[in-house]
Amino acid sequence: MATEVASAQPAQKTTFNLRNYQLGEYARKILVYGLLFLLTAVFLFPLFWMLTSALKPDNQIFLWPPKWIPSPIAWSNFADAFGNPQLPFPRFIVNTLIIEAGVLSGRLISCTLVAYGFARLRAPGKNILFAILLATLMLPQAAIMIPEYILFNQFGWINTFLPLIVPAWFGNAYAIFLMRQFFMTIPRELEEAALIDGASTLRILTSVIVPLSVPVLSVIAILTFKDTWNDFLGPLLYLSQPSMYTVSVGLAYFNGQYDVKLNLLMAASLVLMMPIVILFIFAQRAFVEGISLTGLKG
Amino acid sequence: MSPAQRREAGIFYLTVSPWIIGFVLFTVIPMSISLYLSFTKWNVLTAPQWIGLQNFVTMFTNDPDFYQSLKVTILFTITSVPLQLMVALFLAMLLNEATIAIGFFRTAFYIPSIVASVASAVLWTWIFNPRFGPLNGLLRTLGMGTPSWLSDPAYALIALIIMSTWGVGGQMLIFLAGLKGIPRSLYEAAEVDGAPRITRFLRITLPMLSPTIFFNLIMSMIGAFQTFDAAFVISTARAGQIGSPQKSTLFYLLHLYQEGFQFLNMGYASALAWMLFILILGVTYLINRSSKNWVFYSGESD
Repeated sequence: MATEVASAQPAQKTTFNLRNYQLGEYARKILVYGLLFLLTAVFLFPLFWMLTSALKPDNQIFLWPPKWIPSPIAWSNFADAFGNPQLPFPRFIVNTLIIEAGVLSGRLISCTLVAYGFARLRAPGKNILFAILLATLMLPQAAIMIPEYILFNQFGWINTFLPLIVPAWFGNAYAIFLMRQFFMTIPRELEEAALIDGASTLRILTSVIVPLSVPVLSVIAILTFKDTWNDFLGPLLYLSQPSMYTVSVGLAYFNGQYDVKLNLLMAASLVLMMPIVILFIFAQRAFVEGISLTGLKG
Repeated sequence: MSPAQRREAGIFYLTVSPWIIGFVLFTVIPMSISLYLSFTKWNVLTAPQWIGLQNFVTMFTNDPDFYQSLKVTILFTITSVPLQLMVALFLAMLLNEATIAIGFFRTAFYIPSIVASVASAVLWTWIFNPRFGPLNGLLRTLGMGTPSWLSDPAYALIALIIMSTWGVGGQMLIFLAGLKGIPRSLYEAAEVDGAPRITRFLRITLPMLSPTIFFNLIMSMIGAFQTFDAAFVISTARAGQIGSPQKSTLFYLLHLYQEGFQFLNMGYASALAWMLFILILGVTYLINRSSKNWVFYSGESD
């Protein structure tokens, strides 16, 4: 972009200056890309280390200088990590997916409803409620960890998935805010046409708003999936039976075993990380937009 | 109010009712209960016993772990947050300068931040391994000292700070969006005036980006105060104590977890939770108040 600027105004500069300027530009480009490649290597190295460790046979894991590409590649590490009857990772994945299903459906349905109300309907007290909603974005989750635990304990919900799923059915401030912003950009005329045809609010939501809101709904769905998959503190508090563990708690438990093998640990970490990384690669735009929108609030 | 308006208001309250109910059920009620409990002694098994301000007095006079956890948390916050923001801004500015393969670089910087905290804690434990880990391998090759990182009380927190800097992808994306929002015309005008790069950064980029810096600062700070996952996973692995070695990574939330869920001092843990809440509120308020002096909103016309 900057070179365009330079070539657009050569008449104002002598040739000597222009050459100097362009040399400076080249030097700067080299510096920028040099730094980008260097930092990329630094940021990706830990992941590469995880991958190569996961593929190493037992006798190569502690070698220095390291065998960057293990030979032979120990594919059996994955089967060994996942075949341990004491730590049934397939079970943990199923548990996590059950929680995902409950959280995703609950959050999408409840937040769509609430966000629609805030985006479109007029009522006394609406502004105050919206201010409270925004304020809860700042509320440290840690402050309600103990009382929530006490509450769910009273309900008899410890060692069930309910404490992790049920709150998702009651909206989420960040998702509501994001959806409201999006709904406000949908032209009102579309709803008014449906309204004249005598459609109910629910019908307008399902037939007009939701089909038009696929972009924002997928942003919310993807970020919710990631947060639920990665959540550690929630499952740690509420699920103490090993058969109920989620992937994160299972991995932490695996990591805590006395005689754990590092290559198996890395194999397990790698597999548990993959769904989110694959999701990111396929839905990069949604991720980037969702995160970027966070900063542009207000 | 006309019947139509009343009807609309009715539908409004119907649609937002899930959030209102959730807010009362999962925020207002729990917070009220914990406020009450913070004035009691309660071990879950017997009825809570009212002890007034005793929990708060204990905190400041008779709980060395409270001071230790406060020290660890504040030390971590005031070092890791500025470091994270600087690295995130630097990466975002590099990406903003690049014209080709932006997607590739952005992905490389962002992916670490979506790795589950437990997986990244497990991975970094291996990287920081004093004898066989790649970091000390590199340091040894370079002829430098090889600390024991996570098993040395003097280095464990530093290791966690390094680790947290790996996950700045989210802040970086927010900065990148902020940078894209700065009108190019400002830079072009400055370039015509012959302003050097550093002046353009100080006079254009930083002020124009200040709302984004403010947002990232508040959010990263709230996050840092609530550090839990990595410190818990690393310090409890292989029969370690919470916050080990020698309580050098005893974060506030780890102390709270220990009091509440290990020792079942639910009353005292509630008091700790409220103290953290007040602390975060206070710091947020201070940053917010200082923002008048350094946050510049260009869009404001009123």
